[in-house]
Amino acid sequence: MIEFSIWDILRNLLLATRWTILLSLVSFVGGGAVGLLLLFLRISKRKAVRAFAKYYIELFQGTPLLMQLFLAFFGLGLFGIDVPAWLAAGLALVLWTASFLAEIWRGCVESIARGQWEASASLGMGRLQQMRYVILPQALKIAVPPTVGFSVQVVKGTALTSIIGFVELSKAGTVVTNATFQPFTVYGLVALIYFALCWPLSKSSQILERKLNVAHRNH
Amino acid sequence: MSLIEITEVRKSYGTNEVLKGINLDVEPGEVIAIIGKSGSGKSTLLRCINGLETITQGSISVAGAQLIDDEVHLKALRLKVGMIFQQFNLFPHLTAGGNVMLSQSVVKKTAKAEAEAMARKMLDRVGLGHKFEAYPDELSGGQQQRVAIARALAMQPIALLCDEITSALDPELVAEVLAVVRELAAEGMTLLMVTHEMKFARDVCSRVVFMHQGRVHEIGPPEEVFANPKTPELQQFLGMH
Repeated sequence: MIEFSIWDILRNLLLATRWTILLSLVSFVGGGAVGLLLLFLRISKRKAVRAFAKYYIELFQGTPLLMQLFLAFFGLGLFGIDVPAWLAAGLALVLWTASFLAEIWRGCVESIARGQWEASASLGMGRLQQMRYVILPQALKIAVPPTVGFSVQVVKGTALTSIIGFVELSKAGTVVTNATFQPFTVYGLVALIYFALCWPLSKSSQILERKLNVAHRNH
Repeated sequence: MSLIEITEVRKSYGTNEVLKGINLDVEPGEVIAIIGKSGSGKSTLLRCINGLETITQGSISVAGAQLIDDEVHLKALRLKVGMIFQQFNLFPHLTAGGNVMLSQSVVKKTAKAEAEAMARKMLDRVGLGHKFEAYPDELSGGQQQRVAIARALAMQPIALLCDEITSALDPELVAEVLAVVRELAAEGMTLLMVTHEMKFARDVCSRVVFMHQGRVHEIGPPEEVFANPKTPELQQFLGMH
């Protein structure tokens, strides 16, 4: 039987970590873009548009991410479209992230006093101009800590994509365990790597919160 | 033709009718005080004039611009009437100068240098030329309200709506804001103000409108309205002050 050193195990896990990081980045950036679009729909003046965004958000927040991954992976296959695991994983995570970010940001936008909308409207600004120059610059400051905090959920969410066969950190852990028969060591290392990714994010969220002094300024 | 024409305006929230057929014509250069108890509809009327509230019936026009609830018409109307609020509503993320410049560059597409020159001129006019770089939270309430006036003036409106602009101020800061308004009135600006400053209304206004339960209950020059109120409601209202 071949002997595996800790370094052998760690090296393989770290190689797979690249995919966890890449998938997290794609989900977060893509989810941010879709989330921003959803945010605009969610606070639109048209009722039908608002309702669409609301139901989208409720649907994606109200079903397990795992089901969304299955549906993206197998569902499209039913229509004869061959979806590679990385595409299904990326797509599902982007849509899932978007639904949470849109709702986080909506809360931030709605926390801006109504007087800011009224003052900018009375100066002749259109809705997009109000958002761009008055509301979002203020909402952004409030949004940074919870947004960075949510990125931790995204990183951990990528672990589920191992189930549809995307080889990232968790999947690599399973593969390595099957070869080494040392599950405790392997999954222990996997957990440590996740922690090393997530802890700085949580910490920076806390630091940003203090720095931007969200609770006190402008009140 | 009057500058501001308010014709048979009605406004309801659900089944609660807060404006019950308002008629009011304002001539250029008039200074009008709107007084009345809270809940009489005076603030609502003012907010209807620049489209912050939609009206249920009737029509409002300012210098030919009709109040119609779409972005193009509202913008045209709002370029003609500025509004100043009780809570100042300065943009907290911008300096005083930035507050006065923003809508010029965003709405009117004025070049930056020109917008800045205008901002300095308007801040000077309200006595705050030296506060160009200050953020709103570094200013007193009275100063913030004066910046808000400068911000509205920079859009060169032909009329200004003032919604209880001194009600959120400490007593010692009221005078500096009223002095600015008094000056504007003297320069011939058309002003419609909801106010509780009865002495100011008496001194500066050309007409006083007393609103009661969603109607214009009494209207006339201040000496008449204050010295010789005809209706018991106005007598009672003035007696309270």
